[in-house]
Amino acid sequence: MKEKLYQYLLMLGDNSMILGHRLSELCGHGPSLETDIALTNHSLDLFGQVRSYFQYAAEVKGGEATEDSVAFLRYERDYLNTILVEQPNTDFAHVIGRQFLFDAYHLPLLEQLMESNDETIAAIAAKSIKESRYHLRFSSSWVKRLGDGTDESHQKMQAAINHLFPFIHELFRETPIEKEMKELGIGADLSLIKERFDEKIKEVFAEATLEIPQIPSRQVNGKIGIHTEQMGFILAELQYMQRAYPNMTW
Amino acid sequence: MNTQDLEKKFQDRIDAGEKIEPKDWMPEKYRKTHIRQISQHAHSEIVGMLPEGNWISRAPSLRRKVALLAKVQDEGGHGLYLYSAAETLGISRDELFNQLHTGKAKYSSIFNYPALTWADIGAIGWLVDGAAIINQVMLTRTSFGPYARAMVRICKEESFHQRQGYEILLTLCNGTEVQKAMAQDALNRWWWPSLMMFGPRDEESPNTAQSVKWKIKRKTNDELRQQFVDNTIPQAEILGITVPDPDLKWNEERGHYDFGAIDWSEFWNVVKGNGPCNKERLAARNAAWDNGAWVREAALAHSEKQAKREELKQAI
Repeated sequence: MKEKLYQYLLMLGDNSMILGHRLSELCGHGPSLETDIALTNHSLDLFGQVRSYFQYAAEVKGGEATEDSVAFLRYERDYLNTILVEQPNTDFAHVIGRQFLFDAYHLPLLEQLMESNDETIAAIAAKSIKESRYHLRFSSSWVKRLGDGTDESHQKMQAAINHLFPFIHELFRETPIEKEMKELGIGADLSLIKERFDEKIKEVFAEATLEIPQIPSRQVNGKIGIHTEQMGFILAELQYMQRAYPNMTW
Repeated sequence: MNTQDLEKKFQDRIDAGEKIEPKDWMPEKYRKTHIRQISQHAHSEIVGMLPEGNWISRAPSLRRKVALLAKVQDEGGHGLYLYSAAETLGISRDELFNQLHTGKAKYSSIFNYPALTWADIGAIGWLVDGAAIINQVMLTRTSFGPYARAMVRICKEESFHQRQGYEILLTLCNGTEVQKAMAQDALNRWWWPSLMMFGPRDEESPNTAQSVKWKIKRKTNDELRQQFVDNTIPQAEILGITVPDPDLKWNEERGHYDFGAIDWSEFWNVVKGNGPCNKERLAARNAAWDNGAWVREAALAHSEKQAKREELKQAI
């Protein structure tokens, strides 16, 4: 049970961490000062969540584990984030698209986790939900702006959505760990999230004049640690200091 | 009133310690000097995001990563208030960006040096922010109201950044030999460029007299530089690392540290564009701006569409 709870915390924390990492790559390079500051703020919020999840994960794991050993000292196959969040910052439309699809999943997830039987998870969700609400508002407004902006921005936004959409199915495909956590009243019921997600997508895309892609889902399994070729490069940066200078205090 | 009377009245207000506000009459040179200085300062903030920003993805711990993200974000925020302060003088942010991107406007040369190791993140906070604070504390009392008020807020955040940088180095200096060597190497590379941040020697700083008269400056470059050295040396001693200056010694008589000669040819060479990273910094700013053009156009087009829809609604 402890091991499964630990794995579930990794799933939650890794999504926030890898998305936070992608956003942090943009810091100082945004299309305007305001969006730069806002996206860095998203990254900060996500890393704040990561710290809460991983402090708890370290406690569950016991022994010498710390938030940093959980974050930095795992092998690639042990990271359990979904494939959506590791997609690169191809352009601002991809950044916004990735953020919107994640936020539309994340907010209803946190709403359920606030009711978790696990008090720590419930507390982390209660704290994170205000951030997630703001993130969804921000990303929705940008999907609308880009979708219903110029011809160029419309095309770019639709292209980004077409690229990202095949990765959303994984968010709702229940793994054995998620099933068990749901049954114990610790984790969320993904089918309920899916309803909320679909509604949100419909509403925002209609206003953004975007089409919901009818593209088959991709065979991806980030939640069991099988990632894209991007992931090795993400980890090479993320883990660089901890790997190059092992066992030191920073 | 003729110009001479206006100028006298203006100078009297400054001498009386009054703040000048954007709508007040001011000599054209005062306006231009402020646009130049405030925008240079704003550019320095946003170019300054780049050397540190390049370490966010490699920060060694979650706590350090979050602190560095917040710090670099603060710099973006400082850029934002400073551009707004400059805009009160009748110039647009787009025009100021254009001056930066074309190389017409300058920014602090220190950001043309590379951040090579994690210790550099500590050194930048400790030395670069430390030097900036000395200048900026003085500017909280500058005569132009919007600039002085922006500085009050910026100074609070900068002094937090400086402590954070120092604490990074303190951790390294209390760590392994490898970490301590990393800290010493960072000090060796950042020390002299930090001293250059205060600008040329007083005898080679032609604008100082006018700036002092207008209370843009309340101390000269050399006075500020001395204050920085005096503040910093005891801090280096606590860290147990050595400033790379064989001529540095306490001068009992003056009550200050004496320090060695600065290589001003390096300074001017970096100002002229030949520092280690000038080209990369400008290229990064230009790329962010150019790649963002379609996004800014879309936001504008969308808000125009929204306004039209609103108008239609009102009409019905």
